[in-house]
Amino acid sequence: MMGKEREAVVEAFHLRKTFGDLVAVEDVSFCVMKGECFGLLGPNGAGKTSTIRMLYGFSPLGGGTLRVFGMDIEEHWRSIRAKIGVCQQENSLDPDLSVEENLQVFARYFDIPLSEAKRRARELLRFVGLEGKREAKVSQLSGGMMRRLVLARSLVNSPELLILDEPTTGLDPQSRHQVWERLEALKLQGISIILTTHYMEEASRLCDRILIMDHGRVLAEGTPSDLIREHVGKEVLEVGNPPERFKALIREKGLEYEDLGHRLIVYTDSAQKVFETLGKHLGEGSCLLRMATLEDVFLKLTGRELRE
Amino acid sequence: MKGWQISYRFLRVWERNLMVYRRTWAMSFLPPLLEPILYLAAFGAGLSVLIGTIEFRGRTVSYASFIAPALLAINMMYNSFFENTYGSFVRMYYQKTFDAMLATPLSLEEVITGEMVWGATKSLIATVLMQAVVSLFGLIHYPEGLLILPLSLLGGIAFASLGMVFTAEISHIEMFNLPIFLLISPMFLFGGTFFPLEALPPWAAKIAWAFPLTHLVELTRWCALGSLDSGLIWNLLYMVAFSCLFFPLAIWRMRGRLIK
Repeated sequence: MMGKEREAVVEAFHLRKTFGDLVAVEDVSFCVMKGECFGLLGPNGAGKTSTIRMLYGFSPLGGGTLRVFGMDIEEHWRSIRAKIGVCQQENSLDPDLSVEENLQVFARYFDIPLSEAKRRARELLRFVGLEGKREAKVSQLSGGMMRRLVLARSLVNSPELLILDEPTTGLDPQSRHQVWERLEALKLQGISIILTTHYMEEASRLCDRILIMDHGRVLAEGTPSDLIREHVGKEVLEVGNPPERFKALIREKGLEYEDLGHRLIVYTDSAQKVFETLGKHLGEGSCLLRMATLEDVFLKLTGRELRE
Repeated sequence: MKGWQISYRFLRVWERNLMVYRRTWAMSFLPPLLEPILYLAAFGAGLSVLIGTIEFRGRTVSYASFIAPALLAINMMYNSFFENTYGSFVRMYYQKTFDAMLATPLSLEEVITGEMVWGATKSLIATVLMQAVVSLFGLIHYPEGLLILPLSLLGGIAFASLGMVFTAEISHIEMFNLPIFLLISPMFLFGGTFFPLEALPPWAAKIAWAFPLTHLVELTRWCALGSLDSGLIWNLLYMVAFSCLFFPLAIWRMRGRLIK
């Protein structure tokens, strides 16, 4: 996937960010290669957004070093931002302007000449399927349309790196797929992407590599399939209302499992085999055999307690 | 991000506000055109019957020509102050416009400068409109009256900066009532606007001279009356010093608020 000769777009070493007594990012290091889609995963409050904000020079570093396109962010933030597109988590579309004007004005922030700004606005509206809404006010758009407009806006400077902070949170499945398709098209064009998300399906589908973080630290990093293989194995056996006898047998066999009380989750390379040998002890319990997913990795590493 | 980074790029922020303004210009045009007519009708026509002319620093002037320049100065204050309090606060807090700008090659200093220069621009636009109306009544002496236009930019910057400092400090939009009640309204009433400062007890007059509007009214009035003397340099210096203090203060406070 990532040969040594590939160029790094982001090189982050021991990033740190504190807000008063709160340590939002304690120690995070990672690299993003050119053309790669890199996912930043973590529960609420893990430090994803704080990390991302340092990446585009919104927040000053609290510690560590950060190079983007080989340039130091503190020194060259302006040239770096000129080559980055950002979709912030909160909707920051300009409600005072029309859909098309939103793109035009944003292009002007990048010092793009007005005629060129107009041309790009048209082109990007076509790309995100909003050419019919050119004159509409932002408030007249649906949630999915707004997200696509934010995406279009982040592309107005033809960025080499796209930073997306939860690009599909709150969208219905149709809109989410719309956004995914656009992002896949952009990947094919060779744009590097960094995204944060709460949706493991999204991360599995889009990301070449994933970093899972919590409490401002890195828990694991790798390709989705490597992470699954390393941390949970190939398959999962989920048992509802497991009898004590069954739990004891799982323990005896030395299988890796999580006991949630009314639910037992067994991580294994062959759920089928476990089921064949132990199935008869299930009693009243229900049983589900399935492929291991990124969600299993995520929950195993970050725990199941509620955040915030 | 070290040090202050201000380049011509602040004009992009200014441009954005101009674009929005052009969408709603009809609504923004009306107040400066109609307000002076209302005021002149009420104070000029109404009170003139009672007051007629007043003695002002050894000159006899009609009451209408006494208050007309004050209306212009108040107009400068209102347009810039309100643009950079309510207007800027809505953009910063509710619309996240500044957050979006700070993901582009714009620096915080440029964003805030663009906002304040826009506030001053609104002061200029409103002054052009109002002055046109007031001039029809023959209340502005030309060519000296033309100096009111650059003055409206200076006054605009002063009150834009003052407003932006409050925008950086308040936590909720309703808190703007405080500076309006404690600062803007007293200036409106006691800044040598509707009656000469000499009518105030000496201690109150001293306080009035501490406020920027008093100096702006003074400058505008003498331009409008067409009688400029060297003493006005002090009023001008006050306005320049006030701007030189509050403009960077506003940027500095905004930095503290937005860069985290």
